[in-house]
Amino acid sequence: MSRRAKIAVEGLKKRFGPKVVLNGVDLTVAEGESLVVIGGSGTGKSVLLKCIIGLLRPDSGRIFIDGRNTLERSAAERKAQMARFGMLFQGAALFDSLPVWENVAFALLRAQRMRKREAKAVAIDKLAQVGLDAAVAELYPAELSGGMKKRVGLARAIAAEPEIIFFDEPTTGLDPIMADVINNLIVECVRDLGATTITITHDMVSARKIAHRIAMLHDGRIIWHGPKDEIDDSGNPYVDQFIHGRAEGPIRMAVRAG
Amino acid sequence: MNFFAIIGRFTLAAFAALGRLAIFTGHALTHLVRPPLYLRNIGQQMLTIGYFSLPVVGLTALFTGAALAQQIYVGSSRFNAESTVAAVVVIAIVRELGPVLGGLMVAGRVSSAMAAEIGTMRVTEQIDALVTLSTDPYKYLVVPRLVAGVITLPMLVIVANIIGVFGGFLVATQTLGFNPGNYLHTTMDYLERSDVFSSLVKAAIFGFIIALMGSYHGYHSSGGAQGVGRATTDAVVSAFILILFANLVITIVVFRT
Repeated sequence: MSRRAKIAVEGLKKRFGPKVVLNGVDLTVAEGESLVVIGGSGTGKSVLLKCIIGLLRPDSGRIFIDGRNTLERSAAERKAQMARFGMLFQGAALFDSLPVWENVAFALLRAQRMRKREAKAVAIDKLAQVGLDAAVAELYPAELSGGMKKRVGLARAIAAEPEIIFFDEPTTGLDPIMADVINNLIVECVRDLGATTITITHDMVSARKIAHRIAMLHDGRIIWHGPKDEIDDSGNPYVDQFIHGRAEGPIRMAVRAG
Repeated sequence: MNFFAIIGRFTLAAFAALGRLAIFTGHALTHLVRPPLYLRNIGQQMLTIGYFSLPVVGLTALFTGAALAQQIYVGSSRFNAESTVAAVVVIAIVRELGPVLGGLMVAGRVSSAMAAEIGTMRVTEQIDALVTLSTDPYKYLVVPRLVAGVITLPMLVIVANIIGVFGGFLVATQTLGFNPGNYLHTTMDYLERSDVFSSLVKAAIFGFIIALMGSYHGYHSSGGAQGVGRATTDAVVSAFILILFANLVITIVVFRT
């Protein structure tokens, strides 16, 4: 793909105390491309995502968004940049004190200071896009099932029409049918918005459905990346073990965290 | 382990915690003076901290004032100074018991709830979600609580003081045979403007402590349900101790004789 890089990560390192989580990650995502980062639990996928979005500050390395190093930008610039991001959290992370529609319209109401009535109309429209009807808008997050929460989380992530969307384990904890529904919604929403996306997951069905390209994170580095069609003959024993879900192979599952 | 190593570890941990708290407080205060201010959140918090604490604070003050009058009467009757009941009750309630007991009751009710709510938001990534939605968590969560705490605690303490004095009045006039008119007259004579002022200053500072401890411990909680539980306990315990300590400091500064 010869399109210009929307996101580029160079030599990203992050450690928590003595534990090195990211040990020099290099990654590029072209504009409009969907990159899926796979890897076992505890390999630092979430940390990588949080570093790129700016929730965590890496120890060293560079992160370019549209060719500009975000780590060197001022707090105000980074805040402005955040408005161009959307994120779907693993547990949806809906605000339980607010009804569904205010969750979806949160950024519109607060950061963009949109009028309540307009914001609600947008929220209902976004909810329709993820297949939820207007009646859901008045419910509170505690009244929703896991799949519905994920849908509302997706509606919230796309509500401000971001250029870059991050998905943290979008299908974890859902049944296979609901997982497929979410995968389809992600593909549709991203196509409609023309957004660039990074997804982290360990669900290979989801990865194959969402991805243009796949990268595998292991031991704090990207050990393989390429178009999703090539993942079956990557020639990389780590990747083979992971995509076939074998207990035997070069990857040893850590029994203890830390 | 080496004895000095243990001392060193404790000292470092204490300073690290103090530093974290100082940074947290500094962040919160800088956001306090920069727009936007989330007025709706401040209103909600004022309702939670102030209005819904009225019953518990009122009852505490009523019983304390009543018991106080009885004790002063019994104690002072030994040297025929029963007439001091009204004076001692109003001074004790307004200077110390109203703000301190009111502060402690609200701390028990509110610091814990704040720590649990913000802590749960932390462990379920709701605080991260706020950031990704371009909303500063300090502004959205911490500042409204601090503002509401500082504004509502003095109001609550005014109510507590009045009810506390009334509790003493009830016991004195109904069971100890004081003349209601005289009792109230003595009360007003001994009620100094500076006492009321110090009472309100104490209340405002306690309100700040209550909201700060609840928010701080919630914000820095980690490790799931157990972590939230720990944050809740820490919030209440630290709020109690800081309130009692701050009370001592203010009392020494204001009432130096």
